[in-house]
Amino acid sequence: MAADREERRFAEVSRDSVKLMAESAGLELGDEVAALLAEDVCYRLREAAQSSAQFMRHAKRKKLTVDDFNKALRWSNVEAICGYGAQDAMLFRSVKEGELFFVEDRDINLIELALATNIPKGCAETMVRANVAYLDGKGNVGPQGTVPAAVQSLSDDLLKYYQQITRAILGEDPHLMKVALQDLQSNSKIAALLPYFVYVISGVKSVSHDLEQLNRLLHMVKSLVQNPYLYLGSYVRSLVSSVMYCILEPLAASINPLNDHWTLRDYAALLLSHIFWTHGDLVSGLYRQILLSLQKVLSDPVRPLCSHYGAVVGLHALGWKAVERVLFPHLPAYWANLQAVLDDYSVSNAQVKADGHKVYGAILVAVERLLKMKALSLPQPAEGCSIPLPAMYSELYSFFGDSLAVRFSTEQSFGGFSPCTPSHFRETRKEPLGHVSNPDTTRKMPQLTANLNITLRPQDQSLARSSMQRSRASSSRSGQRSIGLSRDVFPKARFTSPHSGPPTFSFVIGGRQMGRRCQGRRPFQTIFVPTPPPPVVLPRVYTHKLPVIGRVCKPLRRWTRSHYSLHLPL
Amino acid sequence: NESAPQESESNQIVSCSKIHIPSNHLGGFNRSNANDGRLLSSSPGAGTGGTATGNNKPAPGPPEEQQTLLAVLQFLKKSKLAESAEILRREAGLPEDALDPKGTDASGSGPGLAAGSGQVDGVDASSLLSRVTVSSSAAAQAPKKAAAGEDQPDVSVVLSAYSQQGDPSLYDAYYSGLKRFIESVLDCHRAELSQLFYPLFVHMYLELVYNNNESVAKAFFEKFSGDQECYYEQDLRILSSLTKKEHMKGNETLLDFRTSKFVLRISRDSYQLLKRHLQERQNNQIWNIIQEHLYIDIFDGMPRSKSQIDAMSGSLAGEARREANKAKVFYGLLKEPEIELPLDDEDEEAENEEGKPKKKKPKKDSMGSKSKKQDPNAPLQTRIPLPELKDSDKLDKIMYMKESTKRIRLGSDNLPSICFYTFLNAYQGLTAVDVTDDSSLIAGGFADSTVRVWSVTPKKLRKVKSAADLNLIDKESDDVLERIMDEKTASELKILYGHSGPVYGISFSPDRNYLLSSSEDGTIRLWSLQTFTCLVGYKGHNYPVWDTQFSPYGYYFVSGGHDRVARLWATDHYQPLRIFAGHLADITCTRFHPNSNYVATGSSDRTIRLWDVLNGNCVRIFTGHKGPIHALAFSPNGKFLASGATDGRVLLWDIGHGLMVGELKGHTDTIYSLRFSRDGEILASGSMDNTVRLWDAMKAFDDLETDDFTAATGHIHLQDNSQELLLGTYMTKSTPVLHLHFTRRNLLLAAGAYNP
Repeated sequence: MAADREERRFAEVSRDSVKLMAESAGLELGDEVAALLAEDVCYRLREAAQSSAQFMRHAKRKKLTVDDFNKALRWSNVEAICGYGAQDAMLFRSVKEGELFFVEDRDINLIELALATNIPKGCAETMVRANVAYLDGKGNVGPQGTVPAAVQSLSDDLLKYYQQITRAILGEDPHLMKVALQDLQSNSKIAALLPYFVYVISGVKSVSHDLEQLNRLLHMVKSLVQNPYLYLGSYVRSLVSSVMYCILEPLAASINPLNDHWTLRDYAALLLSHIFWTHGDLVSGLYRQILLSLQKVLSDPVRPLCSHYGAVVGLHALGWKAVERVLFPHLPAYWANLQAVLDDYSVSNAQVKADGHKVYGAILVAVERLLKMKALSLPQPAEGCSIPLPAMYSELYSFFGDSLAVRFSTEQSFGGFSPCTPSHFRETRKEPLGHVSNPDTTRKMPQLTANLNITLRPQDQSLARSSMQRSRASSSRSGQRSIGLSRDVFPKARFTSPHSGPPTFSFVIGGRQMGRRCQGRRPFQTIFVPTPPPPVVLPRVYTHKLPVIGRVCKPLRRWTRSHYSLHLPL
Repeated sequence: NESAPQESESNQIVSCSKIHIPSNHLGGFNRSNANDGRLLSSSPGAGTGGTATGNNKPAPGPPEEQQTLLAVLQFLKKSKLAESAEILRREAGLPEDALDPKGTDASGSGPGLAAGSGQVDGVDASSLLSRVTVSSSAAAQAPKKAAAGEDQPDVSVVLSAYSQQGDPSLYDAYYSGLKRFIESVLDCHRAELSQLFYPLFVHMYLELVYNNNESVAKAFFEKFSGDQECYYEQDLRILSSLTKKEHMKGNETLLDFRTSKFVLRISRDSYQLLKRHLQERQNNQIWNIIQEHLYIDIFDGMPRSKSQIDAMSGSLAGEARREANKAKVFYGLLKEPEIELPLDDEDEEAENEEGKPKKKKPKKDSMGSKSKKQDPNAPLQTRIPLPELKDSDKLDKIMYMKESTKRIRLGSDNLPSICFYTFLNAYQGLTAVDVTDDSSLIAGGFADSTVRVWSVTPKKLRKVKSAADLNLIDKESDDVLERIMDEKTASELKILYGHSGPVYGISFSPDRNYLLSSSEDGTIRLWSLQTFTCLVGYKGHNYPVWDTQFSPYGYYFVSGGHDRVARLWATDHYQPLRIFAGHLADITCTRFHPNSNYVATGSSDRTIRLWDVLNGNCVRIFTGHKGPIHALAFSPNGKFLASGATDGRVLLWDIGHGLMVGELKGHTDTIYSLRFSRDGEILASGSMDNTVRLWDAMKAFDDLETDDFTAATGHIHLQDNSQELLLGTYMTKSTPVLHLHFTRRNLLLAAGAYNP
């Protein structure tokens, strides 16, 4: 039986499962009986699945629902299965000890549910809308903008709410604004308004002269993003583009040096990283797109320095991986330009030079964080492609000189590396420099590394443990203990693979796979995860692009201000 | 304690001798009335045509009846029910030794089986048979099969046909032997004979399964399932999941396969070739299956090409027998009633009553087909009693004609505008849509059992006042029809509650006073659009009713569902007037012919049938689709039928000749709606792939080659001109197109639910 199992093309209920179920009902089954039953169960299941497909077809859907299946069960006089009608995907949990998988069946607090104040309402009136799609066989629909036409008509209540909120946020009264933002952040009934708000926010382009307004709009973004009841869906893209505008564009407001557009850019960058970490998975390829546009700005010498500043803080906010991937390789080229600006002591250049110093500072901060994080994550075998830390440091040192060294002066060694005196590195520099000078070749090609994981548990564990200890030691020294700790816990919980047995063969595609989200999903990263990875969040099912009210289970990831800010926690 | 079994036995006697087994299965109606009549009338024709099929009863006369009696008698004896046997023998007046000369009986049934195949072969065939079948059971089985063959399946009887044992290990050899032979014949015959593969494969597999040779069956399936045509994939998947005898009971697909003979059309030359081969090889097993389970429709003339065969095959039970499509169909339109038409321009309407008839005439010609002359192909005006026109109907007709004078003439260079009705926030699931003929109302059936009706004009929907309030109004006033409406209830949307399952079919009455809805709960409900309440619940289908539609003249309506029968109802009868039985699987869609005399049904058995409302006969069977049919549309002139299926293809049929006349390829998903423009120039199709496509119907029907040979044999040769006929593809915004409707002025309305 086991032999011909391979050639079957159906999902099967195994004999053991049948036995287990019988046991749970208090019966002992013989092997033969179980096998027969298992086969019969499979057949009945297939039969039911086939008839349930009929209901799906007649309901003119492409998605088979539990309801369809229940109707099919009724045809064959079987009781319906209750409790699985929800739209959300079921979370399968596993119990390590018993090789058991089950759907979590949480207790629901009915009292809480009954007394809940955030009952969604007022957005789901079924209605018919007519629109002339094609005139005389020719399309007359306008090009679809980034903000799709709102498909819901608003009730009067919502319309009033919308007016009040926008008036409050864009108005003069700071107290009113605060209240409005607070409500925007916690209101559960505004899903229908989301497109309108997104549209308002996209108005950043028209108020680039008014820092105050820009700030308010960014706050609005923040509130929307933090509202746990909103499903942003593809609106994320539009929000991101508005935020990117604030980060990168040479805003009209920045002509006047008295305007503190730098803070705005910092704030926008912060917001960008927040949107990305919490909602980045709603739109595929978002990370790449953001990186690309940042890179484009950075490599464009015509752009004013404030744009460059934005690009740098943006990269910094996206994490040290982004810095390593975009900023670092670009630094030698960029440095020349910046140096020219900084070295010009003429009076007419004073303003530009001041801007240059801003950029310089931003780069310095970004680079420093890169070095630190890199040091922390050093014992990482899978990253075969990145530049070794010493080489990186020495190269950066060549740009920043002692101003970089000063940054690390408080800790004499990190990551198990010797004090970073330039002389020390100079010896090792020659060889890696050739390597560094053309870093793209090493980084751009995805590398296939065959990894023969002969699972020798104890050794593996100890290796991991030693590395962790090391990292803990270093992190405690650098004063980032909390982060280090969370890192320690994580890999153990998630990546100890339960199966043992034949050697497994896994491929590592390096180079391209940066960014935290990818790493969280990489199955082979068994030893160390460099940055705080996302908690166990299964990929969401993108069934609803429209705002859906009542999506309560949005994961709220912690993001500390200090972590991404330019002020170093030294 | 013997009385109980005896009783059941005597029941069986009754049922056997009656031939029809009344069964309370499913709808409770066997598929006899339509089928048997056709079969019996067609059998002489088949004899002259030289068919060599198994149970082709040569005129039901005394010899056969006697044979049946003998069989029953034998069964009784075998079951040791001597007393009953004695009674039967006495009552039937059979001689004492009726059962003794078994040999002659067996051979008696032999020629019967091979009767049509020619004299010389007949002997051979019978001797072949006598070697295979156990002579004692042969007589018993034959009549029983005859009984069950066309009747509602009695499971044990049907399955028992498989009990004859061949050596399971030889099945492989038999099949591959035949395969080798077919592959070695001339190209022109190979395509035709290849048709045998699928039915043979299935029957042999089932036989193996039935005889508990699970492993052999699996190996057999593995080895040969890859050879089958790709369009049988769905069936093969069901088949492959079936590996136990116990599972065969209650499997509908299997019963379908067993109860209906798989029909193949093969040219005489190819057939002779096959027969000679099988006789040479003494390939009894295969010969047996061919005799018992296949119906080979032999025609004289050129063998068909592979593409010709592929165009027509794909249904659950093979192609339609040629005789099935020979009946005359009156596809013409009924004469429009003469109505005094104030066809003047708006400004002078309702005045000078005298001037109208003169003005009417020139304008009426523009109406085209609906002239006063009786169409030669039209049925008699009174063939089906139709309701008389009410005043309001006449008014509506006048409106219609006014509108149609403003109609845009469509064509390949003048495409319609499309207006899309999007159902928003239909999270509960939109399952059916209908639009009134004057495009003033739109209704949706939803998976949450509700029916919602919207007004798409500024005129809101109002209920009639309550009885108490109605007493108060002045009945003599001119605007009494206005006064009876309750202004307070005016709203854009009315929701109708009543069903207890998803509403799969929905249809407005032509006069817009009623709405029909059919549901998963097995009922069809009639709703009043005056009071917005349910008037009648029609019960009859015990299973989901997939579709329903009003007759174009109102009063009648048709429904079809999972119980495989379509029913014709009248609104004032709570029981169906006709039951159309014959489909082998669910009826998925139903449509009335424009002249209301015929009903077309599409089914999951991948066939389309046309039924005569007058006598309930099946007058056309169209095969060629490779998936369940979900959309049907008659052309406005009644001559053609278009059908769309899950395979994404639209097929066009000539009703008069019973021919496939076109294949429109382009959609990539199930087609859920089809509609001809008001003058029939354009065919619009809407699909699950979120597109509306427009096809040049004029050209598709004009290019027909309808020479006599084609008409006689039904072997059309379709050129692949889908791309030329496709006039446009129109994307929706991720909205599947569930319904299409041409307004009276030829604006195309499409409807669907936005599915993010």
